[in-house]
Amino acid sequence: MSGTELLIEYLTRYFPILLFIVIALAFGVVTLVISYLVQPKYPEAEKLSAYECGSEPFSDARMPFPVRYYIFAMLFVIFDIEVIFLYPWAVTFYKIGFVGLVEMLIFIALFLVAYVYAWKKGALEWD
Amino acid sequence: MSLLFFLYFACVIVVTSVLVVALRNPVYSALALLIMFFHVAGLYVTLHAEFLAAVQIIVYAGAILVLYLFVVMLLNVKRDERYHVQAPAAAFLGLVLFTEIVLLAFQRTYQTGAAGPPEVESAGNTETIGEVLYSTYLFPFEIASLILLVAMIGAIILAKKTLAEPRQP
Repeated sequence: MSGTELLIEYLTRYFPILLFIVIALAFGVVTLVISYLVQPKYPEAEKLSAYECGSEPFSDARMPFPVRYYIFAMLFVIFDIEVIFLYPWAVTFYKIGFVGLVEMLIFIALFLVAYVYAWKKGALEWD
Repeated sequence: MSLLFFLYFACVIVVTSVLVVALRNPVYSALALLIMFFHVAGLYVTLHAEFLAAVQIIVYAGAILVLYLFVVMLLNVKRDERYHVQAPAAAFLGLVLFTEIVLLAFQRTYQTGAAGPPEVESAGNTETIGEVLYSTYLFPFEIASLILLVAMIGAIILAKKTLAEPRQP
């Protein structure tokens, strides 16, 4: 394929994604710009302070977070990678047939071990 | 014309990569990294590696970046606490690498155009990967599952000590 043909193919294939990105960006930017233009501006010290559902802000937001969040993120990454392996499997399911099913069952069984381990160790509990 | 796309993606990648190390606020650095990940995905799309682009967005932009952010929050990295004594050493290493790249770029001739991995026209990128992954590279695929299992157990054991501790009132 020549460069121009390739470009046209890309544009037709990826135009919806491009449209999504443009709309998402425009939504954020336009909302901010309009509210900036329309809003009445009467700045006060109390108004400009951080809004915390009515309670007084007592410290900086940059405080150390508990390590629990990190465990959830770690578990999320690992299962996310598992899902990544499922995509090509699902696409080629009819071609690889029964062998592929067995392969994927072994793969998922190992993840099940990990899941049970995390569950038993209480990594999924908050307290 | 597709060079235009490459130049756009490459420029944004370079600029945001510099921002990742140059910005003082580590959370802003992470956001610059997010933009970089998306543009790397765009670069993959222009190289006909659609599956890799999806992986780039799902794993790197979706999961790895969250890990980075949590590490920033966990360690409570304040602004202006970076750029310590390693800055001169980093500058020196950067200069060496830059010189190497420039020398390589000017001393050798590369084939342009039809180079790169052969494109598969009939089937999609994801299908091709699936067919190869679940037949030829079956063993590495199952090993990957085992490695992920080990990673998960390691993460839980490393954090278990903190989990077992009683919560602060």
